[in-house]
Amino acid sequence: MAFDSFADFLSMNGHGVYVWSAYGITLLVLAGNLLYPLFARRRFLQEESLQRPPEKSSAKTASEGEEQACK
Amino acid sequence: MDWTWLHRLGSPRWFFQFSRQLLPWTAVACLLLLSTGLIWGLAFAPPDYQQGNSYRIMYIHVPAALLAQSVYLMMAAAAAVLLIWRIKLADTALQSCIPAGASFAFLALVTGAIWGRPTWGAFWVWDARLTSTLLLLFLYLGVLALRSAMEDRAGAGRAGAVLALVGAVNIPVIKYSVDWWHTLHQGASFTLAEGPAMPASMWMPLGIMVLGYHALFLLIFLLHMQNGILKREKRSSWVRQKLAEAGISSGHKTGSGGTSGI
Repeated sequence: MAFDSFADFLSMNGHGVYVWSAYGITLLVLAGNLLYPLFARRRFLQEESLQRPPEKSSAKTASEGEEQACK
Repeated sequence: MDWTWLHRLGSPRWFFQFSRQLLPWTAVACLLLLSTGLIWGLAFAPPDYQQGNSYRIMYIHVPAALLAQSVYLMMAAAAAVLLIWRIKLADTALQSCIPAGASFAFLALVTGAIWGRPTWGAFWVWDARLTSTLLLLFLYLGVLALRSAMEDRAGAGRAGAVLALVGAVNIPVIKYSVDWWHTLHQGASFTLAEGPAMPASMWMPLGIMVLGYHALFLLIFLLHMQNGILKREKRSSWVRQKLAEAGISSGHKTGSGGTSGI
């Protein structure tokens, strides 16, 4: 352990502001990078399930006929 | 030589299945490596004899800068494959590199600036290493902007790919900037000829963090790849089948529960 106490660890001998802000920003950006595709997946699946009727067998033929207007 | 593996890799369906198998292992590796590296680097590695504890920013700064460049090279490789063979999956791969790559470049710049304040006395200097890394961030953003600027999706993809390829010239500039110009940024601490210029108790956590960042990138990349494949192939029978399975398991009322199926 490079520090004597937890307070010592937090203050980083006066460099705490720099170290912790750098780590904080990194954590935020990287967590966002992981969460964004997960939310995008969820949104995509919800949109798709709204577009198709619940019956599986008829859903295939019905949505195949209509050209999905979006994109 | 048998090249079928290469052709399979270009198949969206095969890649999707493969990535699903790879994802949990990547997530576990990422979690183990990053937690070990963080605890070791932040609490157990000894302070630097000149910089004190501010050097601990190195454990997130160096991997971010390294990954920003290698992800760019990967994006440029995908761009070359797209331009030469017009493989659709290469377009998805190129797209999937951008968010993480740009984030790593941004983080390299921001953590470097925060580290520079106590070390150099300035957040920013127009130094060759810093300026070329800023250019790297702009290249990522430029490729992203080009891709979304055009109506024609395939054309936009190819235009972005051309920029990505041309911009690859910047990578050796970043790498050798500290040798070619007099920079405030320090030179490489790791060379093949001389080995690491710091004790093992300092570079080992860095090595673990670098591996952890690779695993994290792979995780983010695979998630984007899967999303891109699902969107692009949503009319194909295998995606429809997956969507139907997800829909049935969620019962269409809860809506959210079905996402775990895919």
